[in-house]
Amino acid sequence: MNQPVSNAGVRPVNPGMAGLFWAVMKRDLMLAFRRRSDLLNPLIFFLMVASLFPLGISPEPTFLEQIAPGVVWVGALLATLLSMDSLFRSDFDDGTLEQTLLSPQPLFLVVLAKVLAHWAMTGLPLTLMAPLLGVMLFLPSEGMTGLMLSLLLGTPTLSLVGAIGAALTVGLRKGGVLISLLVLPLYIPVLIFGAGAVQAAVTGLPLGGYLSLLGAMLALGVALAPLAIAAALRISVSG
Amino acid sequence: MAEKKSWLPRWFYQLASPRWCYEFMGRLLPWFGAGALLLLVAGTVWSLLYAPADYQQGNSFRIIYIHVPAAILAQSCYMLMAVAGAIGLIWKMKVADMVAKSCAPIGATIAVLALATGAIWGKPTWGAWWVWDARLTSMLVLLFLYLGVIALHSAMESDATASQATSVLALVGLVNIPIIKYSVEWWNTLHQPATFTLTEKPAMPTEMWLPLLVMVIGFYCFFAVSLMLRVRNEILRRERRASWVRTLLDKV
Amino acid sequence: MSEPLLEVKQLYCERDDRVLFDNLNFSLNAGEVLQIEGANGSGKTTLLRILSGLTGNYEGDIFWRGELRSHARESFNRSLLYFGHQPGVKAILTPLENLQWYAAMHPSIDAERIMPALEKVELRGYEDVPCHTLSAGQNRRVSLARLYLSDAPLWILDEPFTAIDKQGVSQKEQLIQHHADQGGAVILTTHHELSLGERLRRINLNQPGET
Repeated sequence: MNQPVSNAGVRPVNPGMAGLFWAVMKRDLMLAFRRRSDLLNPLIFFLMVASLFPLGISPEPTFLEQIAPGVVWVGALLATLLSMDSLFRSDFDDGTLEQTLLSPQPLFLVVLAKVLAHWAMTGLPLTLMAPLLGVMLFLPSEGMTGLMLSLLLGTPTLSLVGAIGAALTVGLRKGGVLISLLVLPLYIPVLIFGAGAVQAAVTGLPLGGYLSLLGAMLALGVALAPLAIAAALRISVSG
Repeated sequence: MAEKKSWLPRWFYQLASPRWCYEFMGRLLPWFGAGALLLLVAGTVWSLLYAPADYQQGNSFRIIYIHVPAAILAQSCYMLMAVAGAIGLIWKMKVADMVAKSCAPIGATIAVLALATGAIWGKPTWGAWWVWDARLTSMLVLLFLYLGVIALHSAMESDATASQATSVLALVGLVNIPIIKYSVEWWNTLHQPATFTLTEKPAMPTEMWLPLLVMVIGFYCFFAVSLMLRVRNEILRRERRASWVRTLLDKV
Repeated sequence: MSEPLLEVKQLYCERDDRVLFDNLNFSLNAGEVLQIEGANGSGKTTLLRILSGLTGNYEGDIFWRGELRSHARESFNRSLLYFGHQPGVKAILTPLENLQWYAAMHPSIDAERIMPALEKVELRGYEDVPCHTLSAGQNRRVSLARLYLSDAPLWILDEPFTAIDKQGVSQKEQLIQHHADQGGAVILTTHHELSLGERLRRINLNQPGET
């Protein structure tokens, strides 16, 4: 099938599925680390958004502790959304996205690795920072585990669904607000159960149901989102 | 397209011809138009004048004769949009793309109608113009999904790319709709005590659901008319360089 | 090698209300170099993108080694090396890292030969420097280094000689010649005058039909 043509003695080596996954993740992590300052932006945004609520409404502890679960979740959601645009854009601009699509390697895996790397650089730091915001908004300490666990399970889903929007709009000059329009309705279930989990933790109710639902949504996202992302990338590149 | 799926019937391939579709729809239009007019007029008169008033809500209840058909239609329209988009994507059928594109604004308008009539119903019943009821909130999210499709389509210059992208988006939305509905319903039960919900339909006597059925069918006929008009327009626009369109426009 | 590597039948493509080409037919055999000519905007780049599989917005059939390309997609991708308008090089990474990533994405590329390849394109000494510090021509050479690394038989090159000096151009011409000698095939567009002899075929998009 493959006749070695111009380079005598070339021994192609197939890296295998795990090797491919790691190679893609490594590259994206390297790219992110070389622009270290950009990594902080979603975190700063997260902090600012959460601060807007006491400033805009009321700093009363009794009031803030009621809205804390929702506010932290909405903040994490918006911060993730804002960072999605850059997921594919630079690859599209310098031509490496084209090369990725022409690769014989399964696009599903490549996409999954990219989204996972992106989550490791945004969703995971947001999750780790969330207790700080919880404290600022007077979230009772019983709610903290619920907050961390729900965000841990929910933010990867947010990254996966957001990547669909990013893939659909990467060919457009100004993806920006359009991604939010496309993706926010799809975020609603994750928000409902994520914030619900925190509420349940605060009131002392069992978290199991919420976390399983979030886990199920994540599983569905891992299985289906890369298909939509791959299709959307091919469409955006062909335009 | 080299991959000929031979198990598909011939009329499926005829559908691929924009010209054939244009003429076929032209023949269907008068029938659906007459049907829509008849059914909607009859249904409106029946529901406003002859159907009994609800014992709890009185005459304001009659708004469901518009609200319920609109809600049902908004959801069916999305499904049609997603299916047509999928057909256009898989079989590269231009007419399917045009149907999907035409569904979006119609569906969005009907969703707004459903929301508005829901609000009108809410005002005399609950004293508020908007209530975060499960069904109304789901309808609102459906409207967001429609608006997303419309926004994505208008952001892309090439018709082909726009159709492909919106088809993918519509399918993603379709998969999510049950999940969204379930979560919104759950969220609603959490925050509202169990009371008579705005859109609950108790077992209806015949005198009530018959006019409702008439209105639903009338709405569907009206939808068919709007859709066919839009698709025909879209066909003319996209095929404007073809000779049959030129002769058609010369006659006008 | 009796069957052609690539066969194109009744290719039709329109964009922005303009028909770029209609009823385009040609085939490409192993050992051939095909140059696509045409005025600017005549659709050369679009044709190359269609041939490489980046865009499906066309009508007509494309056959790879006798099979419909859509049925043999993986085999086709494995056998293709595409060089497009953009260099396909990440500015923040070094040439070495860029080529290592290519090796992971395309099994036809041997990672062990990256350093010799960089030497061939005269980037020895620059392999650990971020690409954004290199010139445009040097960036393109990083991508062209793949030509020395890959064993893919089909090369589709869009303006490969841009920003390359005369010596580099003749060196690349020799490489293309060598590739064809070994049984590979090349499709390219370029403004340069190619000196490849009778092996070179031309197709002009402004005058449809084969030459």
